[in-house]
Amino acid sequence: MSSTRTVTVASSQGLHARPAKLFVEAAQSAGAEVTIAKGEKSVNAASILGVLSLGVEKGDEVVLTAEGENEEQTLDSLETFLKTDHDEAS
Amino acid sequence: MSELSGIGVGRGIAIGPVARMSPPPPAPEDQSSELSLEDETQRVKEAVAAVAAELDERGRAVGGTAKDVLEAQAMMAQDPTLEESVQTRLKAGKTGEFAVHAAFAEFRETLEQLGGYLGERASDLSDVAQRVIASLRGLPAPGVPDPGHPFVLVAEDLAPADTALLDLEKVQALITIQGGPTSHTAILAREKSITAIVGVAEASELTEGEQVIVDAVAGTVFTHPTAAQVSDAEVRRAARDAEAAAPLTPGALADGTSVPLLANLGSFKSANKAVALGAEGVGLFRTEFLFLSADEAPSVDEQREAYQKVLEAFPGQKVVVRALDAGADKPLSFLNDQPEENPALGLRGLRALMANEAILKDQLTALAQAQENTEADLWVMAPMVSTVEEAEEFTALAKEHGLATAGVMVEVPSIALMADELMSRTDFASIGTNDLTQYTMAADRMLGSVASLQDPWHPAVLRLIRQVGAAGITSGKPVGVCGEAAADPLLAVVLVGLGVNTLSMSPAALADVRAELKLHTFDEAKSIAEAALTAATAAQARASALKAAQQS
Repeated sequence: MSSTRTVTVASSQGLHARPAKLFVEAAQSAGAEVTIAKGEKSVNAASILGVLSLGVEKGDEVVLTAEGENEEQTLDSLETFLKTDHDEAS
Repeated sequence: MSELSGIGVGRGIAIGPVARMSPPPPAPEDQSSELSLEDETQRVKEAVAAVAAELDERGRAVGGTAKDVLEAQAMMAQDPTLEESVQTRLKAGKTGEFAVHAAFAEFRETLEQLGGYLGERASDLSDVAQRVIASLRGLPAPGVPDPGHPFVLVAEDLAPADTALLDLEKVQALITIQGGPTSHTAILAREKSITAIVGVAEASELTEGEQVIVDAVAGTVFTHPTAAQVSDAEVRRAARDAEAAAPLTPGALADGTSVPLLANLGSFKSANKAVALGAEGVGLFRTEFLFLSADEAPSVDEQREAYQKVLEAFPGQKVVVRALDAGADKPLSFLNDQPEENPALGLRGLRALMANEAILKDQLTALAQAQENTEADLWVMAPMVSTVEEAEEFTALAKEHGLATAGVMVEVPSIALMADELMSRTDFASIGTNDLTQYTMAADRMLGSVASLQDPWHPAVLRLIRQVGAAGITSGKPVGVCGEAAADPLLAVVLVGLGVNTLSMSPAALADVRAELKLHTFDEAKSIAEAALTAATAAQARASALKAAQQS
């Protein structure tokens, strides 16, 4: 069994730099195994190199898949994360 | 004694023994392991864990944005995808060193192919790989040395991760073999007031522990200094310390000509720091911070509140607010959501505002209201103006909204060339040297491979600034500079000599610029500017100005 969720990314830097790191940290601390996919390419959400290599930009749609404990809860928190803009203005 | 020359940053002078950055370990050779798979796996696991722990530890020690960079590197070291790739190679009988080297290299290539931001992360990955390999071999980690006493750091070039960790109590000066005036090292040195000389090709000959004098004003490293030179340098260093501790005075030349020194601010948070460092007002207040995290433009009330906070910090002083400057490096979907082939040449700056006039009108309304409620002298200016019509239109719109002083930024060569026509149609001009250099040199300022062209000392840029300065003098209207150029003390003198009235910079640069201006009269500043203008190249312009300044 697994659950999936489609999310549009809101961070103005997409999943680069700091937002990517925070996202991977969140995925690592989840009870479930999470993958994130953009288009055809799917990677382990706990892998910063995998997440960076997706090159996710603001406004991109990504598909999250969770398998294991607390699937829905994990997807809820990751979805909230992706819908928030994590970039501070400089 | 001998002299090595490079490009000095700031006005510092320092004496100390050389400590070199540890060079990266040589790449491991592809040979079969003599250990069992279990033993190799264990060695790699321990090395990775040690490197990750060290990076995390250093992250905690420094804090701020550097912490995020270092923690991200620690995550890369422990990345599960990478671990699999290392494991595959160990299973094929490779050594731990080679497996790590090859697996990281493969990822590095992938990132480099993706280009842009990810390409830059590739060097982070190499840095992590070298640390793991050094740890596997029992060698010291490559990077900033810690000899336990004050030293002059000599490096090929410094990566952000290195500079973040510099112990400023110990590092007397920086010397880099690579790098130019806009390199990461130069910017950091300027921000932190570290004595630095970049681009010293011959610095590779300096040996560990040898005594050197680093004179940033002259852009010279003196090796094997004589006792007289050392004592002279010590006198100058003490004089500079005294200068830094001297009471803050308004910016002025040696003959008393006033050159107000203003601050560049990106939010109200840094306003008090700017005042403490002697800023006589704000020459560039960027308003993007209000808009960048929003899906739609903030309301007039929200904007007014934010503007008021800045204006309140500068009662009776000038605060120049730049209208929203979105586009290129800072896109905003509600202004322009069309993908562009060349965003730096696209619908940005005033162009984007004119295409979304309601947003501009709201901003001008909020500024007018904030002005009513505070004592500051509010000026407003438009970003990225290319034509006289645009300048006219913006100036008229600002006045309609009750803003008394409206001007434009000079960042595009077309408007610099039309400066005489421009000045009769607006109240002031503020030269943005970073963009003016980018557009004059046709070199993307975000692109590392053309960074050497991004040099405001280029005579082509100086000639354009001269046109604007001359138009300011003829029309009697003020011309300011707000850009990296104003923070370079010698270039600041050149700008004043070209007819610029005010200089605006990051607050940390104020002290050095204030001290340099005091050394020259207006006539001398004009001669120094003339020396730079008549040069053929950026390097010659800098050298000629320096020579003229030393004679004055």
